[in-house]
Amino acid sequence: MSQEAVNGVPSRGKVLTMDNMNPNLKRIEYAVRGVLVQRAMQIEKELNEGVKKPFKEVIKANIGDAHAMGQKPITFFRQVLALCMYPELLDDNMFPEDAKKRARRILKACGGQSIGAYSASQGIECIRQDVAHYIERRDGGIPSNPDNIYLSTGASDAIVTMLKLLVCGEGRDRTGVMISIPQYPLYSATLAELGAVQISYYLDEENCWSLDVKELRRALNAARQHCNPRVLCIINPGNPTGQVQSRQCIEDVIRFAKEEHLFLMADEVYQDNVYAEGCKFHSFKKVLFEMGPEYSSTMEMASFHSTSKCYMGECGFRGGYMEVINLDPEVKFQLTKLVSVRLCPPVPGQALLDLVVNPPQPSEPSYATFMKERTAVLAALAEKARLTEETFNTVPGITCNPVQGAMYTFPRITLPQKAIDKAKEEGQVPDMYYCIRLLEEEGICLVPGSGFGQRKGTFHFRMTILPPTEKLKVVLQKIRDFHLRFTQEFS
Amino acid sequence: MSVLQQISPNVRNTKPSECTVLLRRSSQIKEELRRGVRRAYEKVIDVYWGDSHQTGVKPLSFVRQVLAACVYPELINSDKLPVDVKQRAQSLLRECARGSVGSCTAAAGVPEIVHRISEFIMKRDGGAPSYPENIYISPGSQWSLMNILKVLVNSEASPRTGVLTPVPCYPVTNLSITALGAVVVPYYLSEGQGQGWQLQVHELHQALESAKETCNPTALYVINPGNPSGHIQRRKSIQEVIQFASEKRLFLLADEVYQDCIHGEKSEFVSYKRVLAEMGPPFSDTVELASFHSVSKGIMGECGLRSGYVELVNVDPAVMKHIHILFSKDGCAPVLGQIALDLMMNPPQPGDPSHPLYHMETQHIRTTWVHNVKRVCEVINSLPGFCCQPTEGGSFLLPRLYLPPKAIQKAQEVGMQPDMFYCVKLLEEAGVLVSPGCEYGQKPGTHYIRFCITTPEDIREEFLKRLTSFHVQFMKDFS
Repeated sequence: MSQEAVNGVPSRGKVLTMDNMNPNLKRIEYAVRGVLVQRAMQIEKELNEGVKKPFKEVIKANIGDAHAMGQKPITFFRQVLALCMYPELLDDNMFPEDAKKRARRILKACGGQSIGAYSASQGIECIRQDVAHYIERRDGGIPSNPDNIYLSTGASDAIVTMLKLLVCGEGRDRTGVMISIPQYPLYSATLAELGAVQISYYLDEENCWSLDVKELRRALNAARQHCNPRVLCIINPGNPTGQVQSRQCIEDVIRFAKEEHLFLMADEVYQDNVYAEGCKFHSFKKVLFEMGPEYSSTMEMASFHSTSKCYMGECGFRGGYMEVINLDPEVKFQLTKLVSVRLCPPVPGQALLDLVVNPPQPSEPSYATFMKERTAVLAALAEKARLTEETFNTVPGITCNPVQGAMYTFPRITLPQKAIDKAKEEGQVPDMYYCIRLLEEEGICLVPGSGFGQRKGTFHFRMTILPPTEKLKVVLQKIRDFHLRFTQEFS
Repeated sequence: MSVLQQISPNVRNTKPSECTVLLRRSSQIKEELRRGVRRAYEKVIDVYWGDSHQTGVKPLSFVRQVLAACVYPELINSDKLPVDVKQRAQSLLRECARGSVGSCTAAAGVPEIVHRISEFIMKRDGGAPSYPENIYISPGSQWSLMNILKVLVNSEASPRTGVLTPVPCYPVTNLSITALGAVVVPYYLSEGQGQGWQLQVHELHQALESAKETCNPTALYVINPGNPSGHIQRRKSIQEVIQFASEKRLFLLADEVYQDCIHGEKSEFVSYKRVLAEMGPPFSDTVELASFHSVSKGIMGECGLRSGYVELVNVDPAVMKHIHILFSKDGCAPVLGQIALDLMMNPPQPGDPSHPLYHMETQHIRTTWVHNVKRVCEVINSLPGFCCQPTEGGSFLLPRLYLPPKAIQKAQEVGMQPDMFYCVKLLEEAGVLVSPGCEYGQKPGTHYIRFCITTPEDIREEFLKRLTSFHVQFMKDFS
């Protein structure tokens, strides 16, 4: 079997070809792990093989992967998970009592007391109960029903499942889904995959990337001509923009969704990542309920959270959940059916989620260390957010909105016309060309703004603020130097 | 009016499990027992799922030690774990970004692990080449099967895409197919007397013939070793299926997650990929194949870790690019699951400190299962109206029930399939949870039950005791 054969000879004679494969899949793009990243990995390989480059390492500031950038895991979480993995360690005095207590409780809820057994498709019941309690505490006592909690393989899995449920109809009746520009491309990619109609609403760059209901209305009215708008997706805190919605804004959005009969999807995976003074995370559910029964008993909504971000940064565990509000029982039945196709979410991820919603309490031995670690991570992120905004705003040709929350910066770059022309010659979108040059010359991997969507004629890049502060300073400096050089070259 | 009154017809049209009621009742009973309600039994014996840990089989020590050390690397510097465990954990952590299992990995999986998977496959398949770039690790094999189906199925096409699947068949596969808007085209496995189940090519032809008017058959799904049938295909049978797929221009989906569950004495698993390679051109160069494997079954039994992989063969390079994007968008498979996959393929070797214990544990598991099958078959075949075919592999037995007419009538009266009726009563009266054959599809007028045989010895004996006593009583009551 030749390599060529195993890898596939071209189209002729094949059962599965570009012509007959699912046409929707051909439209999917996912820049966060796109060609630039593949090139970055290749460069890394070359560096390892001793090839000389103008830099010693590739800095992957493209993906929101905190641990890969040096953020340390939370000790308590890892202790409990190790105990769950290998319960013989429960007899060992290397681990504190509160960690052992949590581990025993989790194992008791697992089939055969093993984290390797399947759980119920919706997730382990006592963990869903803990998640519900967490939500109640977070939202000032507003009740949360564990039956409305669905644990998932990261928040992404739950988001995709919800969209699968919602997208239907043909032609002009096809479901339209409102997503922000810029947005996290999981949304646009999933809409492409499902053949849904993407309804783009622009965030206001001049006003800290804020969301304006007038713009929502504009986008919706235009969309009604060619589709059936049914869903409104909000990411708060935002990705890639980092804006944290004000309470007033959330109320306005809820009011709008109710008027226009839209299902609200609130992606809140960055809910602990809020840095800017005067900014506070308000959960959509909390605001909904505080608006009174006229809204809280009728609005249909799903909120999403994950163990991949915030202070945990445990992307590799694929832990997450969604809470559904006011879903018709018949629809819930369908949702439960859909979820069963996945069998169950990874149990270690479920266990981790349980710890996140059930962290050490002041009276417990691990509390002090836990709080120290958590505070340190969030404080470092806040400092890096500030540093990033400050540094980028000193560079002529780069403007950077405050990074109010999340893990990214999305600065606007001014590109000389000659650079734009050159990009066109190379068959590249201008900010992709910029990012390719930056990667090749400085070994820094970002994601071009075109991967997230932006107003026509504007260019951006998304950079994570995750590298350790000293390294971040170097990265910011290098980007600054590159930008000046680049501008000079094409002036 | 609910926004969601209109939901995707693909979702709405997927058949819910027949067993929802049975499972719900089982949960209720388990909860009652937990609260101290008195019943004829103290505990439910749950052999419904193909989940060996759930039935009491212990995880492999080496695997769990390495995973624990990867999760909490302080263990590597301690004296709690054997040397080879610590070395393995250290080496695996070096392959994770910044030494953390909480970091993301490349979309297809940790490159070094993917590479070792291709080496495992080559070794397994007598040297037939396997290329890392054609392998994707995913959260369980069903996840990657779903992704490949997504590429194959055009839900808007008319006629709709058809996928051939066996009868009996694991229902999640059929659910995945219909949820995408494709059509299930059933082909019947044949239950030979005393020979177990077999896949016969004329049934494939029949299935294709029947589908002519209703859909556009594009893919053929086989599961070997079978679930729930437990049959293992011989080389000749695999060749015939490959020839059929080639002739009829079908994409082959080979679900091989039970390849490590072989209990027949003279049985041998040979992979579709290997047979394809050995058939040589033109087949080896042209037949498009996706093979699936997982850590959920076999001696690992790590269902909850959610880890499996797909290997793609002869797929159009242009299509591969889109498959890559699809997996990228999903994010990576759970890292602990990826590591478990690696440990499954690279266990301790003779001479390693962990080898004696590993050997003992795996031998114990395997001999127990062989013994389970023999013993359970013997007992069932000694009972009236009950017949258990020999199986060679897989995690289940699928004995046939010959129910008295009165029982069938009673079942009809209460609005249940006869084998479901049997299972409901078995649960209520004897505290044993198995699944009915109607869940998997079967020839009309035939009835079966399916249960997991990867249990510890004591559970097996208790199961047999309760099943025997219940069955004898049942047959008497409805005679």
